[in-house]
Amino acid sequence: MKTSFTVNGQAASLDLDPRTTLLDALRERLDLKGSKKGCDHGQCGACTVLVNGQRINSCLSLAVTHEGDAITTIEGLAQDETLHPVQQAFLAHDAFQCGYCTPGQICSTIGMLKEAADGWASLVTEDLTADVVLTDEEIRERMSGNLCRCSAYPQILAAIRTAGGLA
Amino acid sequence: MKPFTYERPADVASALTLVAKIPGARFLAGGTNLVDLMKLQIEQPTHLVDVSRLPLAEIEDTPEGGLRLGAMTTNSQVAADARVRARYPALAQAILSGASGQLRNKATTAGNLLQRTRCPYFYDTTKPCNKRAPGAGCAAIGGIHTNTAIFGASEACIATHPSDMAVALTALDARVETKSGSGEARVLALESFHRLPGDTPHIETELQPAEMITAVVLPPPPAGRQIYRKARERASYAFAIGSVAVAGDRVALGAVAHKPWRAEAAELALEQGASPAEAMAAELEAARPDGHNDFKLKLMARLGAACLTTTGAGDGQ
Ligand SMILES: Cc1cc2nc3c(=O)[nH]c(=O)nc-3n(C[C@H](O)[C@H](O)[C@H](O)COP(=O)(O)OP(=O)(O)OC[C@H]3O[C@@H](n4cnc5c(N)ncnc54)[C@H](O)[C@@H]3O)c2cc1C
Ligand code: SF4
Ligand code: FES
Ligand code: FES
Repeated sequence: MKTSFTVNGQAASLDLDPRTTLLDALRERLDLKGSKKGCDHGQCGACTVLVNGQRINSCLSLAVTHEGDAITTIEGLAQDETLHPVQQAFLAHDAFQCGYCTPGQICSTIGMLKEAADGWASLVTEDLTADVVLTDEEIRERMSGNLCRCSAYPQILAAIRTAGGLA
Repeated sequence: MKPFTYERPADVASALTLVAKIPGARFLAGGTNLVDLMKLQIEQPTHLVDVSRLPLAEIEDTPEGGLRLGAMTTNSQVAADARVRARYPALAQAILSGASGQLRNKATTAGNLLQRTRCPYFYDTTKPCNKRAPGAGCAAIGGIHTNTAIFGASEACIATHPSDMAVALTALDARVETKSGSGEARVLALESFHRLPGDTPHIETELQPAEMITAVVLPPPPAGRQIYRKARERASYAFAIGSVAVAGDRVALGAVAHKPWRAEAAELALEQGASPAEAMAAELEAARPDGHNDFKLKLMARLGAACLTTTGAGDGQ
């Protein structure tokens, strides 16, 4: 089935078996191997990408459903040699060991910071009607969909604090 | 995944016609449950009718002072809505306690209600499961799984419904609006939308084949406070092992039955002046733990009493 969307600003037009997930289309058809397949069942967050600015798990989304969407992957974040501020913060804080979860962590962070800036509450938000303050507890809760098997969580938290202008 | 064909109709009427006409056709919303189960070949649709872009994604005020949540509103969108946060905090809390930020961005109101159980034997296709293969037997009975029902289980199935959102919606007395065939509309109380397993655990709701959920309607918020609390095996990103929603005088329990469980005995006891602990004891009299899930008695007694104490439900009696 013919499907067109943009990936990192570039038009892509693919003839897809409807079974292809967005993750497989990115990795196997467009050779963008940055997004990772950890569990393939929505349980780890390694496949997180941004679709029209929102973070989703690309492993549970069929590629044919993304007609016309603007998809951003880890490969699309840097401007030439200049890293995205979230990438920069992950480097500065050594926020990874093996790096497998990192593309998902970074894309998720970008989506999460936008959600917080838009005033979305989380489960740990004390007052649902007040402005959001991104405390460490808030960051942990909002990032719970991204697992890190190397358990680099303290550094990931620090990187996000920096990227979010909170430290 | 088994091969299937895919189609994205432009309007509700075409989507209804397609699913009614094509054997094995199913609606696809966010896909976070259906695609997952298709990968495991537990679900094997022949044709997917993508309803995610239908114009059913609005949150509107109703003339009665409630809210109508379009079926394709995302879980994130509902939880972020200022009206939901101010007037239906139990619903916002319930949604935010479920899944992850990424999943909630895709998951829809309709899909959330229709998500299937997380019973591990339902997922393990090498084990018998009456829900997956009617008549095959139930591996969970006598199995090593503990997150099972204490209310309303049957000899065919002891699974629980995993939705957090549906528990809050039950306490809030929400209604489900549907359409089918050439557009006939129905309204069902959420409280009686999901079914107990009986001897047909594969039939999970009152929805007919090819009937589409178009909206969930919230009545005006009840007087009194609201809360949703969820117990789970880790602090975030895990399904409930027990949960409680209180909205005014209405109480619903999660992860204790094949459906969101309205705690009518507790409500009645409160009305008659019982304390929170007494009200929960009254509710739990009807519980039938099976030796593996006995912990849920103590858990629900404490969680329920804590929630009722916080909201002060029944204090006005
Ligand atoms: C790792 C993980 C953790 C999770 N944790 C939680 C949790 O803690 N709490 C919780 O509540 N949920 C949890 N979920 C479940 C999640 O909330 C559901 O997968 C989601 O709500 C389903 O919505 P969807 O739009 O993606 O549905 P889909 O997967 O698209 O559809 C689900 C079902 O609904 C049917 N359907 C969809 N729309 C309609 C319609 N309009 N009319 C009729 N039928 C329709 C489909 O045919 C399908 O049978 C979790 C999921 C995952 C993967
Ligand atoms: S409890 Fe229900 S879902 Fe689980 S194995 Fe038994 S029949 Fe299947
Ligand atoms: S690979 Fe998608 S969540 Fe794990
Ligand atoms: S750095 Fe190895 S999984 Fe996170």
